[in-house]
Formats: sequence, structure tokens, C-alpha cells
Amino acid sequence: MAEVRQTPGTHVVPLRILLAVWGGLLFLTWLTYAASRVDLGSLNLWIAMGIATLKGSLVLLYFMHLRWDKRFYALVFIGTLLFVTLFVGGVLIDTTHYQSQMIPGYAPEMHAK
Amino acid sequence: MSATHGGAGEHHDPHLAHHFETGEQQADSAKLGMWIFLATELLFFSGLFCAYAAYRANHPEIFIWSDQFLDKTLGGLNTAILICSSLTMAWAVRAAQLGKRRLLAVLLTATMVFAVAFLGVKGIEYNTKWKHGLLWGKYYHPHVEAAAEHGAEPAPAAPPAASGKAPADSSEIPPSAVGPAGLAKHPRGPISDIPETAPKNVQIFFSIYFIMTGLHGIHVIAGIIVIGWLLRRTLGGEFGDGYATPVDNVGLYWHLVDIIWIFLFPLLYLIR
Repeated sequence: MAEVRQTPGTHVVPLRILLAVWGGLLFLTWLTYAASRVDLGSLNLWIAMGIATLKGSLVLLYFMHLRWDKRFYALVFIGTLLFVTLFVGGVLIDTTHYQSQMIPGYAPEMHAK
Repeated sequence: MSATHGGAGEHHDPHLAHHFETGEQQADSAKLGMWIFLATELLFFSGLFCAYAAYRANHPEIFIWSDQFLDKTLGGLNTAILICSSLTMAWAVRAAQLGKRRLLAVLLTATMVFAVAFLGVKGIEYNTKWKHGLLWGKYYHPHVEAAAEHGAEPAPAAPPAASGKAPADSSEIPPSAVGPAGLAKHPRGPISDIPETAPKNVQIFFSIYFIMTGLHGIHVIAGIIVIGWLLRRTLGGEFGDGYATPVDNVGLYWHLVDIIWIFLFPLLYLIR
């Protein structure tokens, strides 16, 4: 595979890798669909999120060149993910622990509006 | 352009702005700006993911019940379409880097075709939701007979119109003698069974569904516009000489749109 002239500092991803990642992503899409048909209780959500994270990582590393690019771009992205985790985690930390959820029927205004 | 910079390529590279020393430095700063933009995009979406997480944690039954109205086949098809568009976009970046202008034009066109196909499938889904009255907030008024013909899923029992509730729903407050005392734990049964009748406030799910997929759809439309802009520049003879920064950065944006859908698909379509 002849890698001809290119801008210095950029990495040209071989077509072979792009096609392999594409195949992997399609396979994982099928896998997440198949996994959703098996009842594993609360584990289903974690499996679905795990597969989605794997797919996202493939896109980031290969389609978005993070594997070869400057590490600082990855740092920006991972830093963002930490904030997203902080936000979602902060929301979830007590959201199901209010009195109205613990005693069913005691906060009708939550349901009526 | 000032001539004080001693770069040999100063008058040979029309893409190099005068305030950058080298094309590499220019490309790097453009890319860093793009990654920071992607970070803001992700944080922008994270607010909606927070809403999703809070409502799903509080009312899993709404999500399980509503999920039967989403077409898993169309959702899966759209996931595959976006993955294909990501391939053609990544390939387009490669073509631009290698100076293959014709291939770049073909791949950018293919990416746009996939993006339009995604919106078409999304339009079919939205149209079905519209016909069945499965909409957001106060516009949620499901038509049961219409929902019954919705694919192979079992016809659900008539959901109560949530907006028609009496303002003071006092009859639902059990007297203190009936209700559990103190900090009684909410008894959670197996949540993965679709209940017989619709739970209350199903419109919450459809509000979240429409705002998340809608915001994502707006990003797809924006993607089509910027890829169209790239195609126009490609046909005008740009990106053939090793200069690929705009293609590279639009590609990054397009892949992020793909990644967000990769998470939306299981979160919205594959709930159980």
C-alpha cells in the first residue's frame, strides 16, 4: 500500500484498518441487538453500555486517529468524559432516594403533572 | 501577507495563514480547536444524558413500556447507516491526505447519501410516532388502534391520557393507615417484564426520545451542510496537494455524531 506524499505530522490510516474497524462496528451493532434479546436483568444495561463504549473507542482510536495523533487531543476528550461522568454520577447519586420514591403513592404531584 | 517570515513555502502554499510558522502548526491548532469544540458538544449532550439517567432511575417502568413502540429494526438500520457513513468519511480523510481528489469527491458524496438516508429512516420513524400520537409532553395522546398495527409487537392496553388528569389527584393518596410506614423500601419487582397496562407519564419517555434524537438529527443536518461545503471545495480543486485540514476536522465532527448515536441506539431502542 503506497503511502505517497502527505502533510507532515499527519498519519494516513491504511484502508485495511478502516475496513476492519467498519466490520467490527457492524458486528458489535449486531451483538448489542442480540444481547438485548436475552434477559439478564440489570446486567443488560451494563452490557449494552460496555458494547457502546467499545464501539465508541474503535471510532475514536481509528476513525478519529487518536491512536496516532498527539496525546493532548486524547487528554481533552478523556477530560470531557470525566466531566460527563461527574454530571451523570452527580445526578444519580441520590435521585432515587427521596421520600416520595421510597413510599409509593405519597407524592401524587410528581405523577399528576 | 507580510513577507517578514522567512519560510520557503510562503508564496507557494496558499493555505498557510501568515500568523503560522508552518502548515503543521496551522493544522495542529485547527485540530486542537476542533477537539475542544467536540468537548463542548459532548458536554452539551451530557445534559440530556443526565435527564435520561434521572428519569430512567426513577421510572424504569415508563422506559420499559415505551420501548415497545420503537422500531428496533429501523434503529439498527440507522446505526449501520451511520457506521457506513463514518467509514466513507474516514476514507475521505485518507483520500484527501493522499491527494486523491476524485476519490475524495466520491467518498464525500457517499457520506452525504448515507446521512440523508439516516434522516429518511428517522423521518419514517417520526411519522409513525406522529400518526400514533406518541409525542412529547401534552401532545402525547396515543391512538390504540393505530398502535396495534405497529409491527409484530403485542398490542398494548389502552394507555390513559396523561394530560387529561384532574389537577388534584387526591384519590391516589392512600390514607396513612394504608400506606407503608416510615422509610419503607419501594418494593421493586422484576422490572424487565413489559407491564400489561401503560404506566403513568409515558410522555416523559417520548419527550426524552424526541429531544435526544431531534438534537442528534440537527447535528446530522449540520453535518450534511459542512460535508457539502467540503465537496464544493473539492470540486473547486482544493485538498489535492496534501492540504486536508478541513476534511480532517469535519471528519472528527462527523465521527462524534456517529458516537453519540452509538450510545443513543441501545439507550432508547434496546431497553429491557
